Amino acid sequence: MSRQPYIRPMSKTTWYMRNGRYKVYMLREMTCLLVGFYSFLVIFGLAALSSAERWNAFLASQQNAAMIAFHGFALIYFLIYQTFAWFELAPKAMPLQIGEKKLSDSYIVIAHYIVWAVLSAFIFWLAGVF
Amino acid sequence: MSKRQIELEVMRYDPEKDEAPWFQNYEVPCEEDWAILDAINYVKENIDTTLSYRWSCHMMVCGSCGMMVNGEPSLTCKTFIRDLPDKVRIEPLENFPIERDLVVVLDNVMEKLQTAQPYIIRKDPPPSDDKEYTQSRAALYKFKQYTMCINCMCCYAACPQYGLDQSFIGPAALALAHRYNLDSRDQGKAQRLDILADHDGVWDCSFVGACSEVCPKSVDPAAAIQQMKIEGAKEFWKQKLSGGKS
Repeated sequence: MSRQPYIRPMSKTTWYMRNGRYKVYMLREMTCLLVGFYSFLVIFGLAALSSAERWNAFLASQQNAAMIAFHGFALIYFLIYQTFAWFELAPKAMPLQIGEKKLSDSYIVIAHYIVWAVLSAFIFWLAGVF
Repeated sequence: MSKRQIELEVMRYDPEKDEAPWFQNYEVPCEEDWAILDAINYVKENIDTTLSYRWSCHMMVCGSCGMMVNGEPSLTCKTFIRDLPDKVRIEPLENFPIERDLVVVLDNVMEKLQTAQPYIIRKDPPPSDDKEYTQSRAALYKFKQYTMCINCMCCYAACPQYGLDQSFIGPAALALAHRYNLDSRDQGKAQRLDILADHDGVWDCSFVGACSEVCPKSVDPAAAIQQMKIEGAKEFWKQKLSGGKS
């Protein structure tokens, strides 16, 4: 009897279409595109601070329907979805055991949300929002 | 007890006859409390004696009956007919070469399990004359979950990283290494991390998390790997700051 194992190759370009779990993973990972875009946006914004004229032009470039729609999409997809996804995964990377008991994952997730809210409030305060 | 008719669509492959796998359908009268493994056993005993597959304990201990059930890596003794539709597709575990029918070749993963050095490594002599290592319950609970692995390999079948690159050490072997790294009796963490926190090790994991979702024993290999990434980074800086000595 001869051995002739059959190999089922995984497509390097369409593997993530195999199931819903992989698609959700790709949606999470694709948030990096928005992180990259925002990095460029911040760099352009900082560069525009060199003169009032350039800064006003930068602000004007953001005040159109397409950019506002994009910012809205980015807020939901990047800020909320990405934050939710990673905070849910945080307890896996940093489990806490107190004595013989493992601390419930929900405490670690809630702690992340609290730190996020405090840091956001601090940044808003720095920006003069309140 | 009433019977329920289900159609099993089973992947077949005979290396001596077939160029590629194909599907064969079987009508199986199932009891209400059957697991998929019972239905496959029924086929083997009553319909087609040529069907090849692995199983042994039928109680989630031996880990040998892992298969794809409707596309999901599953322990077939733990996957019940009552939770499935009338048509069920059974395939060998994904990401492994098919030896015959539902039997896969596991050699690659068996080698990887050894890479984890899954045994207690000591640098210092045993702490007492009677060579007994004491351990508190709190210390045991730090790693107990990772001792539950039964090597069913469902995690490897779920891992796209392993599917794309078979040199990746993979979920079960890395979780096994983490189990020993967390053991208070062990002193081999740095030695293991030299291999496991390097190429093909934890950094090849992109945290899809599928391994943990399919694990029939709730081992959570994805958690083990993320924790090892942190440990690997800490060990790297420790070695850097101490001038290469650890």
